[in-house]
Amino acid sequence: MVSLFSIFILTLLLITALAIVQSRNLFVAVMLSGIFSLLIAAIFFLLDAADVALTEAAVGAGISTVLFLGALALTAEREQEPPTNRPVALVVVVMTALVLIYGTLGTPRLGDPNAPVQTHVSPWYLEQTPHYIDIPNVVTAVLGSYRGYDTLGEVFVVLTAGIGVLFLLGKPSPRGSRGPESSAEDAGLRHYLIPRLVGRLLIPFILLFGLYVQFHGEYSPGGGFQAGAIIAAAIILYALLEGEARALLVLPRWLLTGMIAGGALLYGGVGVVCLLLGGNFLDYSVLMSDPVAGQQIGLLLIEAGVGITVTGVLLSVFHAFAARGEY
Amino acid sequence: MDGLLDIVSWLLLTTGGVFVFIGGVGALRMPNLYTRMHAASITDSIGPILIIAGVMLQAGFTLPIVKLAAILLFLLLTGPTASNALASAALLAGTKPGGSKTPAGED
Repeated sequence: MVSLFSIFILTLLLITALAIVQSRNLFVAVMLSGIFSLLIAAIFFLLDAADVALTEAAVGAGISTVLFLGALALTAEREQEPPTNRPVALVVVVMTALVLIYGTLGTPRLGDPNAPVQTHVSPWYLEQTPHYIDIPNVVTAVLGSYRGYDTLGEVFVVLTAGIGVLFLLGKPSPRGSRGPESSAEDAGLRHYLIPRLVGRLLIPFILLFGLYVQFHGEYSPGGGFQAGAIIAAAIILYALLEGEARALLVLPRWLLTGMIAGGALLYGGVGVVCLLLGGNFLDYSVLMSDPVAGQQIGLLLIEAGVGITVTGVLLSVFHAFAARGEY
Repeated sequence: MDGLLDIVSWLLLTTGGVFVFIGGVGALRMPNLYTRMHAASITDSIGPILIIAGVMLQAGFTLPIVKLAAILLFLLLTGPTASNALASAALLAGTKPGGSKTPAGED
């Protein structure tokens, strides 16, 4: 039954991908890529990867659609007609596809118990996590503790991407003809009663859900990356409803910049504190007298750092686009 | 008792699915934007109500029933709001109601 669902969704995925390639209208392509992300989130969920599914749904279908629309507001809606006859490109694409298909021949079957991924470190993680960290969600344990360096690297990738976008788009356009006060009254959907009322009703619940995903990540799917995307989505919704200026009153630019740096700093700082307390870098066991409690405190702190940085970067990128375009 | 619940839940799921299908056909076949939205709105009003009610009967009195109710409430709040926002955006962009042809640029 599950494989039937998978085949159905994979077929839809293929159709959506072809439609994205075919579409010359970039607005349509953005909407289709949102659908693509939702479908692939469903696939992840069918594969029991709930954490990844949550990330894909929040970031891929939610935030990146908004950011794409922000980018579209700055450029044209229609793609330029590409030159149709490009034999070299065709050869490269076909070769790459053949290599990739050849690569899939070597992969083990889905769920094969003898696959290398099942026999290497996974059994150790599953057996020893209750002993060392004592949290139900092993994914969070792997992500935050066993592979803490990788996640630190990911946070710095997000940080670097945020800095890059701010360098490219950060300065508000000099032709800021919109007066700050009058525009705040007209901006957003302030004159549209129904979306505004319903949106205002939902924002607290979205924020609450974001905090739940953040701080319940040790027990259920979730964590800093997902929570950061959800909280950023709530603020972006507020910005769309009430105008960007009011959203900047809630979380001003200097605070967002501080969040970008502060989250990464918190993560790295936890590692340095571990060093100072006589442990290894990002070895949380030394944080408390009880190693298990130390691991849990460490995970909580670094997940908070991840969430703060992701929220800050996503909102900064959104504001960078919004300050340039007109919406 | 369980058999009866299964039958009722099966009926709800099937009718819900039929409504979603009708909505999909309508969204493809209707002549212009507003009638299409009218058809598509079935898929986020009556369709989910029936389907989630059917799933609720399958879940029984457990925690998932609360989660399903929360999802249903969320859908019932956001679906019509999104339709409203879309319709007013279309009106603002100059798509006139009425007429049988799909306006240019909307494909």
